[in-house]
Amino acid sequence: MSFTADQIRQAMVDSILEVAPEADFATVRPDRSLRGQIDMDSFDFLTVLEHLHARLGVDVPEADYARMGTLDASVAYLASRLAKP
Amino acid sequence: MHVFVMPSLGADMEAGTFVEWLVKPGQAVAKGEVLCVVETDKGAVEVETWTPGTVAKLVAEPGQRLPVGAVMALLATEGEAWEAVAASPVPAAAPAEGAAQPPAAPAAQPLEALAGAPGGRPRASPAARRRAQELGLDLAAVPSASVDGVISLADVERAATAAPAPAAPSAAAAPAPPAIAAPRAQAMREAIGVAMARSKREIPHYYLGTQLDVEAASLWLERRNAGVPVTGRVLFAALEIKAVALALREVPELNGFFADGRFQPAAAVHPGIAVSLRGGGLVAPALHHADTLPLTELMERLKDLLRRARSRELRASELADPTVTITNLGELGVDSVYGVIQPPQVALVGFGRVAVRPWVRDGALVPARVLHASLSADHRASDGMRGARFLAALERLFQQPESLA
Repeated sequence: MSFTADQIRQAMVDSILEVAPEADFATVRPDRSLRGQIDMDSFDFLTVLEHLHARLGVDVPEADYARMGTLDASVAYLASRLAKP
Repeated sequence: MHVFVMPSLGADMEAGTFVEWLVKPGQAVAKGEVLCVVETDKGAVEVETWTPGTVAKLVAEPGQRLPVGAVMALLATEGEAWEAVAASPVPAAAPAEGAAQPPAAPAAQPLEALAGAPGGRPRASPAARRRAQELGLDLAAVPSASVDGVISLADVERAATAAPAPAAPSAAAAPAPPAIAAPRAQAMREAIGVAMARSKREIPHYYLGTQLDVEAASLWLERRNAGVPVTGRVLFAALEIKAVALALREVPELNGFFADGRFQPAAAVHPGIAVSLRGGGLVAPALHHADTLPLTELMERLKDLLRRARSRELRASELADPTVTITNLGELGVDSVYGVIQPPQVALVGFGRVAVRPWVRDGALVPARVLHASLSADHRASDGMRGARFLAALERLFQQPESLA
């Protein structure tokens, strides 16, 4: 299945809202650290990845967590990960 | 006859608001079965019975605010006819009738501060939440008949039959009290304050801390997680819990309660895991028998516990049972934490963050992942020698990560 960048971004936002319903994406800067703007611990992040797996069918290896530091970086990373056969 | 009372869910609890019964008179109940839901400042809590029997008489009514120890129900035990028990008088432990008490009784709270849960999530009992999900019902649209606005199973059933059209619930019969959730964050803050003040007043704390080399443990965990899909991965926090639980077996003076003027060791290791809640406050529910759980299962239980703690759907036993507390503030960039013991427990273990630091190993300066572990312990139950022994055990366990599997 392929997804557009917008769909991936929406999936990312929806997944974060599942764990941090108070997050206000109108004010979240997509190029700045997500964890610096939204209260998420490693358990929350793992839960976000589980939601992304359910929504997009993407499995992010632990070694790649650092590539999901910001919203923009996450979308780019997930797009490249999904593009791989 | 067994008298089922409002349980004490930690030293900081004085009373709870009864929400609903999940059983009926005449119903047989097994040990561990959930009988009712009680609302506390830690959320809606499902209360189990630890005595099997037959429900005879339901005393507590929805909306009642009941002090700890107040009679909620009478159960007939083996060999008793429940009808006979139902006809007997309710034992005196019953509190001064709380029914008529206004819900905002605990303290004069400013009404402006009320609103619902921070995330806008309606407050409901776990059973109500499940049923609403089954029915495809939006909980936010379910009016609560309870004075404090908590949605019960009965409310959901009523809403389901009353409004087949998922339209406006506004015309509903009962004018639902506007979500006058007691200002829970504030109530919880006060309760924590009372418990911690008591701790500092009564418990002669001593504190120990040490840096642990966790490079080997981190590598071991990374290797383990590398081949595993996201749903099966284990967080470092799970490793910490397992290590603490195993180390406590070696130093049992840190695992148990100080009550009736003496230390009473606990038979099992049930670490309470400190969980901070969105919107403020924290709870530390028990991860039962953590020392006996394989790491994978411990992680599953931890995930379940964290999820339910954050959605405030804990079991009474989880709030009442912790034999020790573990707190981890490393996620917030903190290097070390020396916590305040939760009475009647006698110890608290604190972890900071895992960070790469210069470290001397076998005479060579190397970069290594290091973790600060601390122990706050009760001098009435143990002394620094034993505390040091605990931290040494922790250090050894982290050097042998396979032993934590």
